[in-house]
Amino acid sequence: MNASARANKWLTAVTWRRLLRDRPIVPLMGLLAILVLVIELADPGIVSPEWTGVIVRASVPLAILAGCQTLTMLTGGIDLSVAAIGSMAGFVTATLVHSPGGVAEGIIVALAAAALAGLLTGIGVGVFRVHPLIMTLGMSFVVLGLSNVWQLQMVQTGAGVPDSLRWIGSSTLAQVVPYNLLVFIPLTLLILLGLRRTGYGRLLYAIGDNPVAARLSGTRAWQVLIVLYVISAVMAAIAGLLISGLTNTASVSLVDTSLLPAVAAAVIGGTSILGGRGGFGGTIVGALILTVLTALLTVLGLPEPTRQVVFGSIIVVVAAAYTRVTSES
Amino acid sequence: MTATATGLLLEATDVSKIYGAVVALKAASLAVRPGEVHALMGANGAGKSTLVKILTGAVHPDSGRIAVRGRERTVHSPGEARRGGLVSVYQEPSLIPDLDIRANLRLTDTPLEPFRHWLTQLGIENLDLSSMARRLPLATLRIVDLARALAIEPDVLMLDEMTAALPANLTQRVLEAVASHRGGDRSIIFISHRLIEIASVCDRATVLREGETVGVVDVTPGSEERIIELMLGQIAGEMPAVAGRTAAHRASVTTPRISVRGLASGTKLQDVSFELHPGEVLGVVALEGQGQDELFDILAGSQRPSSGELLVDGSAASFRHPADAIRAGLVYVAADRAEALLMQRSVRENIALPFTTRVRRWGLIDLRAERETVDAAVSRLQIDARAGNEVRRLSGGNQQKVTIARWVAGGVRTMLCFDPTRGIDIRTKQQIYLLLRDLAEAGAAVLLYTSELKEVQLVCDRAIVIFGGRVVEEISGTDADEATLLRAAYHLRSDAAMPEAVAAETVAAETVAPRASDAANGPGAEAAPPEQADPETSR
Repeated sequence: MNASARANKWLTAVTWRRLLRDRPIVPLMGLLAILVLVIELADPGIVSPEWTGVIVRASVPLAILAGCQTLTMLTGGIDLSVAAIGSMAGFVTATLVHSPGGVAEGIIVALAAAALAGLLTGIGVGVFRVHPLIMTLGMSFVVLGLSNVWQLQMVQTGAGVPDSLRWIGSSTLAQVVPYNLLVFIPLTLLILLGLRRTGYGRLLYAIGDNPVAARLSGTRAWQVLIVLYVISAVMAAIAGLLISGLTNTASVSLVDTSLLPAVAAAVIGGTSILGGRGGFGGTIVGALILTVLTALLTVLGLPEPTRQVVFGSIIVVVAAAYTRVTSES
Repeated sequence: MTATATGLLLEATDVSKIYGAVVALKAASLAVRPGEVHALMGANGAGKSTLVKILTGAVHPDSGRIAVRGRERTVHSPGEARRGGLVSVYQEPSLIPDLDIRANLRLTDTPLEPFRHWLTQLGIENLDLSSMARRLPLATLRIVDLARALAIEPDVLMLDEMTAALPANLTQRVLEAVASHRGGDRSIIFISHRLIEIASVCDRATVLREGETVGVVDVTPGSEERIIELMLGQIAGEMPAVAGRTAAHRASVTTPRISVRGLASGTKLQDVSFELHPGEVLGVVALEGQGQDELFDILAGSQRPSSGELLVDGSAASFRHPADAIRAGLVYVAADRAEALLMQRSVRENIALPFTTRVRRWGLIDLRAERETVDAAVSRLQIDARAGNEVRRLSGGNQQKVTIARWVAGGVRTMLCFDPTRGIDIRTKQQIYLLLRDLAEAGAAVLLYTSELKEVQLVCDRAIVIFGGRVVEEISGTDADEATLLRAAYHLRSDAAMPEAVAAETVAAETVAPRASDAANGPGAEAAPPEQADPETSR
């Protein structure tokens, strides 16, 4: 009887491990629900459709930036240039608001500049084998520097975040549904489909899981990586535009504060920084968890340093839990 | 009789070591007398390296006892073994590449004067001790490694394939240095695939087979045959012959699928030529490190040859990437499954991996067609895919089948198998033999390197034997019994003509640098064509 009870308990533990390993999104949803419950208990009446809309609106750009991390982490890389590229995109669009082409020209120039930066990063990582951490860090300085040059050039022209960006970045339908979902939902479907149903998605996992096996099977990693960093940079630019619209600000360092939370959201969402494991669904939940957590810590009225400590601890604990359940003993 | 009574320097008794399901050593014993040079012999996987690692403390035995000068001791680490007088020189020089030689010597507390003395003895007089280890050629590093070990005057010095990759003149100096220990107080354990070296410097030889000591032989002229016999043991008829083999091969009627001419790479692969025809399984037989790794890497597109020609279906081919080889129909099954599999991904993704590597296949996958192809391959190879969500949870045999299924699923024209049955169970081995025969019957060409010699007769139509980076013999499948193959692999006949050839070859020590390392691969290489070696010996 004792033995069977122990076996039962063990079985449950194993089941949980399996669940967290194979479907991390389920326990993550649970964690999200618990956080929402706690915030409601801390401040009764706070959870409402409007509040949910605010949380979602804030989570969307973070989830996109975290998506950049997820995609690059699947191959064993990382993209630290998303902050600089995102800021640059918002900034360039704002400075070109009075140009003949207007907002459209601004967005096209911003996305093209981002794609170019991503292409150079991809060549550095894929062809010259620079470590992604170093390559994207370097690229973020280059982009920041060029943004500053652009700022000096454009100092005489009037600048401002265009109305259309403000609308899509910050407005909501009936005070509940944020319009930035118009960008986010198609992008999400594209990424989910891309990772699950396309040859390209398979190769991202393959390169991250075992680069030698991928190579021996005929994968030319440089092709995959160049395309990957272009995709990541364009996504970062889109997120930057949304953040610029949300905050009604354009600055060369606008997105900087979202960089590390984006990495954290990807990790919490179950993407392994070592590559080959993870997905975008978990990342979205990860971004929601971080946003709700920030709101909770604000509601609790904790001083900023305490919030930072709690924030950091949760990331470390979740990451450690993943390492435990995913490592095969 | 106790060890002290017999005056043995080193005695290891009934040493065993098990790695998971693999028994590396069952009951290995080794007794070394003071002042002797003792050879440790055995075919690939017999347990030589494990035994040496246990003696030097790098690996802990599961059971057995080790005594030095009659006193039993447990060795916990290489450092402890070193202080206890047991030192080993491995095939890879153990020098830190970013330190100069003097700093490397200081690390191991090596006295400088004896080191210089041995360096001179070994034929390298003017070595600049302030040169960085990474700048020195491999041959020099190995000599430095050896001189360093000799300088601390260990009781027992273990040399693992010391003469491999050394030019002939340095090999001779090494053998002289080894021989100078005979009759003294200290001993040397000498591991070499070159029987001629064993014959010239060793007093006795301990032979291991499948992790067991099967005999100790006094080395005398003609004892090579006895050693080979011991290494072979009883040839067990445990494996039923694979049915349906047509020994007749169609060499003359078709264009060869692959034709290799004078292929060379680095110091290991010297000059290999052969033809592989559609419908045949061609075996490659070689002792470890005779250039077969390089040969397969070149054919699989992982490495480029330094010289030689490769024709695929009659036209010249040059592979810059494995993708080029795959496009030319040459697919590679690696021995190391960790190298070939996406361990965290499913069986299905692993099998389908080669399908989507080309840019124009990056788009949407036809999941139904993919499932059909994958399922067909899974059932053809009888893969137990119940734990198929993650390949790392499959058994070794099933994992190996997945690496093969990946290529079978796409239709095989030429398959390069590098020791595909290493470390898997007998039933899976049988299935793989049958599959390889099936593929050949269906018109594919299969190149099979195997470290299990009995596989050759079961699966191959013919076999080539590589020694010292050259093809030394071609044997038809029906004649390829283990004894014949092992003799050929040790290059026994032309080896007999070696000592003078070694002595005759004098390369100035200064040219040890880049030239010598690729010019000479030791006596085996020189002796390769026996007709040429003979006149030299008669001189």
